[in-house]
Amino acid sequence: MISNIIRIWSKYWPVFMQGLWNTLWIALVAIVMGTFFGTFIALAKMSKNKVLSTAATVYIEVLRGTPMLLQLYFFWVGLPYLFPSISDLACVLIALCINSSAYVAECIRAGIQAVDPGQREAAMSLGLTESNIMRKIILPQAVKNILPALGNEFIVMIKETALASVFFIGELMTAFKVVQSNAFLALEPLTIVGLIYLVITLTLSKGMKTIERRLHAND
Amino acid sequence: MQMTDKPLIELVDLHKYFGNLEVLKGINETVHEKEVVSIIGPSGCGKSTLLRCMNLLEVPTRGKVIFEGVNIMDKSVDPTIHRRKMGMVFQQFNVFPHLTVLENITAAPILNKVMSPEAANKKAYELLDTVGLADKAKEYPQKLSGGQKQRLAIVRAMAMDPKVLLFDEPTSALDPEMVKGVLEVIKSLAISGMTTVIVTHEMGFAREVSDRIWFMYDGVIAEKGTPDDVFNHTKNPRAIEFLSQIL
Repeated sequence: MISNIIRIWSKYWPVFMQGLWNTLWIALVAIVMGTFFGTFIALAKMSKNKVLSTAATVYIEVLRGTPMLLQLYFFWVGLPYLFPSISDLACVLIALCINSSAYVAECIRAGIQAVDPGQREAAMSLGLTESNIMRKIILPQAVKNILPALGNEFIVMIKETALASVFFIGELMTAFKVVQSNAFLALEPLTIVGLIYLVITLTLSKGMKTIERRLHAND
Repeated sequence: MQMTDKPLIELVDLHKYFGNLEVLKGINETVHEKEVVSIIGPSGCGKSTLLRCMNLLEVPTRGKVIFEGVNIMDKSVDPTIHRRKMGMVFQQFNVFPHLTVLENITAAPILNKVMSPEAANKKAYELLDTVGLADKAKEYPQKLSGGQKQRLAIVRAMAMDPKVLLFDEPTSALDPEMVKGVLEVIKSLAISGMTTVIVTHEMGFAREVSDRIWFMYDGVIAEKGTPDDVFNHTKNPRAIEFLSQIL
C-alpha cells in the first residue's frame, strides 16, 4: 500500500495540489465574505430593534440548524431558477458564504458580548456616541476574542468544503474522485487527501495559537 | 466646603424598578454647585443605582433628572451631550486596556470633538502631572497598580471639564495601601470646588470632605444633613444601627 501511495502521489500530485489550492481559496472566500455579512448580522442580532434582531436570529438558527449538505443542494437547485446561467461553483460558493455568515455572526456576537460591560459604561459616562463606543472601545477589544474563533471557523470551513465535492467543483475531495477513477484505487488517494487535510488544519491551528498569544500580550 | 445655592442636579420623585423589585422609592434631592455629597448606607440600599441614575447609566422608571435646568430624561434630550459634563469614576476603574494611559485621557475630548489632539495631549499631561502619573503616559494600563488605574480613571473623567464628578465606591476594589492616594486625589478635587457626589464606605473620608451626607436605606434617603448631623446627632434608628456597625 505504501508503494502504491508513493506511486500515486508522484503521478497525480498536480491534481492533489490543484484540489488543495481550490479548497483553500474557496474556504477563504467563504470566511471573508461570511465575516463581512456576519458582522452586519451580529449587529442586527444585538440591535434594540425587535424586527432586526428577530430576523437575524431566524437567519442564524435556520443556517445552523440544517445540514450544510442540504443548504448546498438548496442553493444548487434554487439559484438557477433566478440566474439560469449560474455555474455549480458559484452556487456552492454562495451557499458556503451564507452558511459561514451565520456561524461567524455568532463568533462576532460572542466576542463583543465578552467585552467587560464596564468598558461600555465608562465610554458612555464620557459622552461618547454609540458609533464611537462601538468602533473605538468595544470592537478593538472584541477583535481579540473574535480572531481566534474566526481562525477556527476557517479550519472548519476547509473541512466542510469537502461536502461540495458532491457537485464536482474541483476542491480536494474532487481531486480524490478524479484520481480514484483514473487509477482504479480508492484507499491510497483517500489516505493522501486525508494527510493533506491534516497537515493544513494542524498547521493553521498552531498558527492561530501563536497569533492568540500575541493578541493577549497586552492584557 | 464652598457650596452654593445654585442647583446642579435635581432629582424629582425618582423611582427605579429592576423587574418587580423597587430599588429607588421616590427620591427628591438636589446637588448644588460646588457641593460635596456623600451617599452612605448598607449594601443593596440603592445608593449605586441612585448615582447611576444621575447620568442615566441606569434609566429611572419614573421621575425627573434635571441637570443644569434640563430634564435629561425627556425623550427629546440626548443624554450623551449631558454626560460629557458629568464625569464618572467606577469601582472597577474601567480604564480602557487597549489604549495607552495618555490615550485613555485624550479619547473622549478628541472623539467628542471638543479639543484638537494637540490640546488634548497637553491637557492630558497636565492632568497626569496632578496625580503623579506623567511618566506612565505611554504605558498601557496593565502596567499600572490598582491605585494608579483609579487615579487614571479620575483624570480621564476630568478631561472633559465636567461640572460634576460621580464616584461609585472608588476605593472598594483597591488594596488597603492604595486607598489613601486615591482619596487624596478626590479630596483635592473637592477642595478645588469640583461638585462631587460619592458613594462610599469610607466613613472617615465622608465625614471629612462632605458638605452633606445622604444616608440611604431600602430605596429612600432615610437621613440627611451635615456630617455632624448624620454622624453625631441622628435620631434615625436605621442610621444609628448602620453607623454603630461600621464605625
